[in-house]
Amino acid sequence: MQQTTFQVLANRPLTDAVYRMELQGDTTAITRPGQFVNLHIDGCYLRRPISVCDWDGQTLTLIYKVVGEGTRRMAQARKGDTFDLLTGLGNGYTLRGNAPLLLGGGVGIPPLYGLAKRLRAAGKPVTAVLGFNTASEIFLRDEFSALGCRVLVTTADGSAGIPGFVTDALAGLSYDTFYTCGPEPMLRAVYAATVTGGQFSFEERMGCGFGACMGCSCKTVTGYKRICKDGPVLEKEEILW
Amino acid sequence: MVDLRVDLCGIALSNPVIPASGTFGYGNEFREFYDPNILGTFSFKGTTREPRFGNPTPRIAECTAGMINAVGLQNPGIDAVLATELPRLKTFFHKPVIANIGGFSVEDYAYCCEKIDAEPCVGWIEVNISCPNVRHGGMSFGTDPAGAAAVTKAVKAVTTKPVFVKLSPNVTDIVEIAKACEDAGADGISLINTLLGMRIDLARRRPVIANTMGGFSGPAVFPVALRMVYQVAHAVGVPVMGMGGVSSARDVLEMLMAGATAVQVGAANLVNPCACRDIIEDLPVEMERLGISNLRELRI
Repeated sequence: MQQTTFQVLANRPLTDAVYRMELQGDTTAITRPGQFVNLHIDGCYLRRPISVCDWDGQTLTLIYKVVGEGTRRMAQARKGDTFDLLTGLGNGYTLRGNAPLLLGGGVGIPPLYGLAKRLRAAGKPVTAVLGFNTASEIFLRDEFSALGCRVLVTTADGSAGIPGFVTDALAGLSYDTFYTCGPEPMLRAVYAATVTGGQFSFEERMGCGFGACMGCSCKTVTGYKRICKDGPVLEKEEILW
Repeated sequence: MVDLRVDLCGIALSNPVIPASGTFGYGNEFREFYDPNILGTFSFKGTTREPRFGNPTPRIAECTAGMINAVGLQNPGIDAVLATELPRLKTFFHKPVIANIGGFSVEDYAYCCEKIDAEPCVGWIEVNISCPNVRHGGMSFGTDPAGAAAVTKAVKAVTTKPVFVKLSPNVTDIVEIAKACEDAGADGISLINTLLGMRIDLARRRPVIANTMGGFSGPAVFPVALRMVYQVAHAVGVPVMGMGGVSSARDVLEMLMAGATAVQVGAANLVNPCACRDIIEDLPVEMERLGISNLRELRI
């Protein structure tokens, strides 16, 4: 964990509501895909936890959906603006498996991109199932393809790819582990439909984002956990719905 | 050179800045941000007789200049705190700590305080009779002078450590409660706990907090807290730890002028993990600017 200042390099919409922000700063505290940062936004009291889409030595990519006042203000940020960030928060995904399957829904997809990049760098054949509501909301599909992933898109309204949800794309896919992130109904469906162990990334309203306030606690097979500190990634076998 | 030292019931503090219970865990999470030994001390997470998960989530709601929490006293229980948390705390924190104790009956409070009394690393006990987020016990003791006195008396009977009673602002006359605690033997008063509050999610047409209501804290409550600290500090003869929305060195000085002996910082730690470090660094600067040489005779 680290508190540090980042400067915006670019901030542009990918769809009507989803934005991609590139920032420059000290990324050394970010060690695993699936971790998140907590942004201070002027005018908002609490920080906003945003998953890390990708990072390298100097830059950080965040992909976020405008859902409220905080993300609305984020979307207005211009090149050169700065944000006070807590970085390297959460446990992140543990890389494993020789035939990994990635299942992402909506703004649950961005952290899977950084994961896919690292799995591909390790030489793993990656299958990514990306779920959206409708064709106009699709983002990151081409970027996953460019990594060399096999990409399957699903849309709830059937306007692109496989009609339905990410779990409707599972038939015929072979995998020895999976990684998922998305809205809770999707995570529940993935839990029921998958046949191997896997890692789930959860979302919860947070106070601090670094384990101090106990605002985001959940019950698991292995005891009480804080989504922000002991998560956001939980193993399938420890989840209690 | 300004002097930041204060005395809290005979124990010297290097400065009056104290992270408030529930915003600092048992200290461990903040070690990656700064050395907790720079603090005057800290008040550890409210601890109860039995382990508690607390309330369902969402437990947090944002407000203008503040937040609502309804954590509900999640903690591992007194036995796990004694067996695990305090031994770990001692490895990195070398000052006496404040043990914050919650309960659901007079016996609960006494049980925990008796156990904690044997801990040399505990300098003070802070009895939380003001948690707004638990259905039985908690705040019900803090909203009634007789209940507050009963808890105070029971705790004082089982410990030799200085006992601070942490009061709720959700009362008509906080001075009456403070006096009842003092009469029952309290060595000091901590105030204020959070103000009972609520937010509604407009799109979902239901409360943001799963528990409907929660405790409101943050800079927005500072003037209310300051007023209550002023009233209580001028009505009792025991030291007061002032808290409620404190976010800056200037807020700390206001609390001291209102009559507090030491000052706790709560919600600020959650939005800026280095809040207390920053305040401690800013204090001498503000004191120089204001011509204040020490913090012990500021009461107005």
